[in-house]
Amino acid sequence: MTATTSAPTRTTTSHLSPRLTAATAGRVLRQLRHDHRTIAMMLVLPSLLLGLLHLLWQDVPTPPGQPGVFDRVGLTMLGIFPFVVMFLVTSIAMLRERTSGTLERLLTTPLARLDLLLGYGVAFGLAAALQAVVTVAVATTVYDLEVVGSVWLVVLIAVVDAILGVALGLLASAFARSEFQAVQFMPVIVLPQFFLCGLLVPREQMAGWLQAISDVLPLTYAVEALQEVGSSATATGTMWRDVGIVAGAALLALALAAATLRRRTS
Amino acid sequence: MDAVTVTDLVVDRGRRRVLPGLSFAVPAGQVTGLLGPSGSGKTTLMRALVGVQQVRSGRVTVLGEPAGSPSLRGRVGYVTQAPSVYDDLTVRENARYFASLYGMSAREADAALADVGLTAAAGQLVGDLSGGQRGRASLACALVGGPEVLVLDEPTVGLDPVLRVELWERFHGLAAAGTTLIVSSHVMDEAGRCDRLLLLRDGELIADSTPAQLRADGRSQDLEEAFLNVVRAREVVGASEQGREHRSEERARSGAPRGSEPVSRA
Ligand SMILES: Nc1ncnc2c1ncn2[C@@H]1O[C@H](COP(=O)(O)OP(=O)(O)O)[C@@H](O)[C@H]1O
Ligand SMILES: [Mg+2]
Repeated sequence: MTATTSAPTRTTTSHLSPRLTAATAGRVLRQLRHDHRTIAMMLVLPSLLLGLLHLLWQDVPTPPGQPGVFDRVGLTMLGIFPFVVMFLVTSIAMLRERTSGTLERLLTTPLARLDLLLGYGVAFGLAAALQAVVTVAVATTVYDLEVVGSVWLVVLIAVVDAILGVALGLLASAFARSEFQAVQFMPVIVLPQFFLCGLLVPREQMAGWLQAISDVLPLTYAVEALQEVGSSATATGTMWRDVGIVAGAALLALALAAATLRRRTS
Repeated sequence: MDAVTVTDLVVDRGRRRVLPGLSFAVPAGQVTGLLGPSGSGKTTLMRALVGVQQVRSGRVTVLGEPAGSPSLRGRVGYVTQAPSVYDDLTVRENARYFASLYGMSAREADAALADVGLTAAAGQLVGDLSGGQRGRASLACALVGGPEVLVLDEPTVGLDPVLRVELWERFHGLAAAGTTLIVSSHVMDEAGRCDRLLLLRDGELIADSTPAQLRADGRSQDLEEAFLNVVRAREVVGASEQGREHRSEERARSGAPRGSEPVSRA
């Protein structure tokens, strides 16, 4: 019998704790590790899709002096894949916490709500980093994607995008009562941002009100940051500002997710 | 000393008033059984004790503090009715994660698994376990925190009789070491194993007693019979006579032993 009535190491508060955040991130990564197919898909699928785009634009001539279409679109995709994938993975994972009763149980333990959410952010952020390294390596070597700036900045932006996806996924899952609903939040949250981010139509050519909407959507800044890396050899101020905006939006979404995560339910 | 005091607790779920005004106290260091038919409000009451249930009015105090207080979260363990552990982690990984949330070590996680007889299955994925094993894994994840108050929602459902007896011995061992246990069940034959009994019916407390006292009050050595007599003494005679006939018919048909009869037939 290991029963003890009090232990000196016991955690009695539920303030933010880096130790509990790390424990939760470790747990989420361990769950991922048991799912080999998901890992394989996470690491390989973006490269395969990028390969498809590469083949699509391979023989399309580009005006002299301009970057090729694939260089522009492919680079942007390096930021959009992790955002979409992590949004989906997170909203499903959180919904599973809810329906399996583990969330209810976690809320009775010393784990703070923000610890739980940050744990997801850290875990999927790390997964996204690995994904980005693989995809960027394949894109620049196999598909000859031209990046004028540092590829490590591309990886950084991809990770920040992934964390934005995680944060929005956590927030969206608070409003989903079933898997069917959770999956449908993807087009609702992701597609408008994709349409308006400046990739399909340059932002300057959009109607004023569409541009105004585009201005408040975080993915717009992620795409702009990638375009900056794609066109200048050194990191620009605009790029850092954009990265900051995306990170800020992610933190805001995490805070909102924590606020909408009710400890007491009816 | 009372570990738990509940005063005029009113809980609504949906449009239904599930607990219309409960008051009772649970003494420390004992096994208190919460017995009642399915739907009588046991889970709702337990959720209120651990602070995850929205309550309409009333007061729930655990270890001298309002239920669900941050300072209580390391001291109160909760095992939900449906096992709430991660299917895609091994038994050991689950126990270690919950151990870390309570500030406990991996060694204590292994000890908790030994306590519920899951050492041999420690490396298996929870998703591959039988229902009974899964329930014990869920129990281990609460035991590992060494809680002062342990709230267990139907922990012995679906277990084979030998394991059931072992678990009850374990519960009494924990109580002897000072832990307060509140254990719900919908089968009356578990009532005799408790130090104290709370009998719930439609959210109302029918009895707050001990097995010996209930036998005396209900004028029967058989606790189920005694329970029935107590219920009958409270109700209109005609209605409960009907219920009794129905009950004996059902028993004749199913051939179930009297002791394992669900209270819901009463
Ligand atoms: N989420 C819910 N929303 C509305 N009603 C609920 C909910 N959960 C349970 N109830 C109702 O509350 C009553 C008590 O349920 P519960 O506490 O689960 O009983 P028990 O654990 O004794 O079986 C039941 O009538 C049940 O239908
Ligand atoms: Mg129940």
